[in-house]
Amino acid sequence: MTVTTNHKPRTTNYDRLIRSEYLVLLLCGVLVVTLAPFTPGFLSSGNFNNVLANLLPLLIVAVGQTIVLIAGGIDLSVTSTIALTSVAGGMVMNNNNGWLAHQPLATPAAILLMLLLGAVIGGGNGLAITRLRMPAFMVTLTSMMFLSGLAIWLTQSKNIPGLPAGFTTLGGRLWIVLLIASALAGFAHLLLTRSLFGRWLQAVGFNPRAARVSGVPTDGVIVAAYVLSSVFAAAASVLYTARLETASPVLGQRILLDVIGATVIGGTSLFGGRGKVLWTLFGALFLTLLDNALNLMGLSHFIIMMVKGGVILLAALMDAARSKFVAHGS
Amino acid sequence: MTATTNEILSFHRITKSFFGVPVLKEISFNIGSGQIIGLVGENGAGKSTLMNILGGNLQSDGGTLRFEGADFAPQSPRDARAAGIGFVHQELNLFPNLSIAENLFLTDFPKSGPFICRAEMSRKTTELLGRVGLELPPDTLVERLSSGERQLVEIAHALSFDARLIILDEPTTSLSARERERLFSLIRQLCGEGRSLIFISHALGDVLRVCDEVVVLRDGEVAGQGTAIGFDQTRLISLMVGRELKQLFPDRRFPNRPATGESKRADLEIGAPLLEVRHVTQPGTVLDISFTLHRGEVLGLSGLMGAGRTELARIIFGLDPHASGSITLAGEPLRRSPRRRVRQGLALLTESRRDDGLCLEASVADNIALVTLPQRARTPLRLLDFAGLRVAQDRIREAVRLQPSLRLEQPTRTLSGGNQQKVVLAKWLLAAPRVLILDEPTRGIDVGAKFEIYQLILELADRGTGALIISSEIEELIGLCDRILVLSRGEITGEFSRPEFDRERILRAALAGHGRREVTP
Repeated sequence: MTVTTNHKPRTTNYDRLIRSEYLVLLLCGVLVVTLAPFTPGFLSSGNFNNVLANLLPLLIVAVGQTIVLIAGGIDLSVTSTIALTSVAGGMVMNNNNGWLAHQPLATPAAILLMLLLGAVIGGGNGLAITRLRMPAFMVTLTSMMFLSGLAIWLTQSKNIPGLPAGFTTLGGRLWIVLLIASALAGFAHLLLTRSLFGRWLQAVGFNPRAARVSGVPTDGVIVAAYVLSSVFAAAASVLYTARLETASPVLGQRILLDVIGATVIGGTSLFGGRGKVLWTLFGALFLTLLDNALNLMGLSHFIIMMVKGGVILLAALMDAARSKFVAHGS
Repeated sequence: MTATTNEILSFHRITKSFFGVPVLKEISFNIGSGQIIGLVGENGAGKSTLMNILGGNLQSDGGTLRFEGADFAPQSPRDARAAGIGFVHQELNLFPNLSIAENLFLTDFPKSGPFICRAEMSRKTTELLGRVGLELPPDTLVERLSSGERQLVEIAHALSFDARLIILDEPTTSLSARERERLFSLIRQLCGEGRSLIFISHALGDVLRVCDEVVVLRDGEVAGQGTAIGFDQTRLISLMVGRELKQLFPDRRFPNRPATGESKRADLEIGAPLLEVRHVTQPGTVLDISFTLHRGEVLGLSGLMGAGRTELARIIFGLDPHASGSITLAGEPLRRSPRRRVRQGLALLTESRRDDGLCLEASVADNIALVTLPQRARTPLRLLDFAGLRVAQDRIREAVRLQPSLRLEQPTRTLSGGNQQKVVLAKWLLAAPRVLILDEPTRGIDVGAKFEIYQLILELADRGTGALIISSEIEELIGLCDRILVLSRGEITGEFSRPEFDRERILRAALAGHGRREVTP
């Protein structure tokens, strides 16, 4: 480490491409172009709707995750939050034995309860992390197990069918889903780029000690990040449950890797401070397209998992390399 | 170079710079075998850098080292150890959860085949402990030893690889009188075996008592050198500090005046009491600290490393708790969290920009804005007024004289130390603080930027801000302050107003309690 030569880094087209925000979008294009010839029905309009229907709820959860990652944390409990809020909503509004069965306000009340429950879960995660000074990984891993167990215990491992028609319409009409997802993503984008909270979040993610000295309420910011993440997960749960027309205690169990993967592929840093809603949109799109194409090719679930895992690992490696590159200066 | 035959180590024109700031300027001196050399100097004089070069932690930029007659350029601590140089550190480098024996042989366990030979290790440990006069079972855990005993274990460690040269860094600060006597007799015994020692200490009485020769470092140069008999403490201190002020300090336009009491709002007047600290105590850190900082005053806080200066600043700012005492700002008690204290008008420029001063990965603009962001947020969503923010950022970057070629979008880590420090100042200046605490504001900063930072501090004071400056450089405080408080071991041991400023007296106050001279057995 004695000799440091200061070459000015030359910005080539290649560098510019690698650093571009739109790299992942470009890769999505490359993916479509290369896989389309081998994938029957990939470019059909029916499949387009299918991709969109898979993408949108995932995007909502991943945007929540992005907020937590920017603050330098991680939220592994989102999938269990989806399951538990789904079950809670189902218990309130189902037409068989729901608390508010056949009541006119059953659907709004259930949705409100789901979102509130999400806020409570996020608040619990955030407080455990800030007050008890426990690592986010540990806190959200244990709450994932606890909430998942709770959802299954509440329902005795059974699905809750018979949801009101007003509720299931939410998931059936793609344009409604698109509207909700856009509104939430737009809100998060505004929050991150133009609000006080967004700047505080970034400062906490970059250097919590400097943020604290500068008068940032670091604990409050962290708690708020987890609350947002859980509320977004609950909102996604509303859409997933509506589409399935059934509340399920194992809803969303398989999407955790997709959620983290979408953010990391998009370029949000696992080391805190860096992340954008737009990036996560591209990441989620890439992962959804990949999943969809591999499915259409008739590959087995296990092979799809292996491919997706490899891609996400690659993205995480790039993130680590970028952080190291940044830390040592250019 | 005069190469006498019994010379064990010689430094020849050793130079070293950090980021263009020279810290060692052609250091040359020799150590004979069986000799004890005392190495003294103020904080930042270059002692640690020199020892780090000797120990292989740093590489010199120029000059040569010769050890036992051969050129010596250690690339790592391992090299230094292999050559026969042992370090006994101030903050001892032992693993408290391991036994004495395990600590001694950590890097070199005696083995039979692939297995550690416990019996052999135990036997060797007992023998080494005998040589340093420590009679304890080899399997005693280090966490159960007193600091004096731990020090002896470190010396035993140096003997375990037959170190020919042993460096003792502040060896007497944490010792009882009896332990110190034991250490001194051990030192003489080691010396009798033909080993050489370097004794680094602020306890000048101890240095003069035990050493054969003394080397005084000042500003990276050898300021004086000779046999210990030829020195006394007064002369050592004047050699340590007695430099001509080459650094320029800006003139004070409005030196601090006492309050006249004529104005109706006496609390708004220059010289009115602003920050009042009363009997603040936190066990193990600071003891019964009381002082008042006035409006428009520049108050210096001097003291050695570990005297509790940074800790006091953190307590005042609300980052650390204090057990008893009170702090008020313009008569109002301070609120609890740092965030509320920032709103009340406190500002803290921290000792380390990297650790808690800046978000180095974030842009200059984001760092500058961080403290005052809430003022720029409008309800309902607390969206930010970026246009207004930009105007303020442009204004403040001019005010702190940030290098004009820098872009505000640049990551802060790409700036030089001086410009980074200006960014820290900028973010606090935007908040127009009533009290600005600066912890080592010019550390690692070139002379030009230093002068500009001094100017900024004085300009603020002229407008009524109270500044509390912590610095290890006495010259800096003398050049800048209206009044200087001296902290030693968590207590205020001296207070000097401008006419009384005197390097020697300040240093003596800083050393108070460090050099307990004579011992009653």
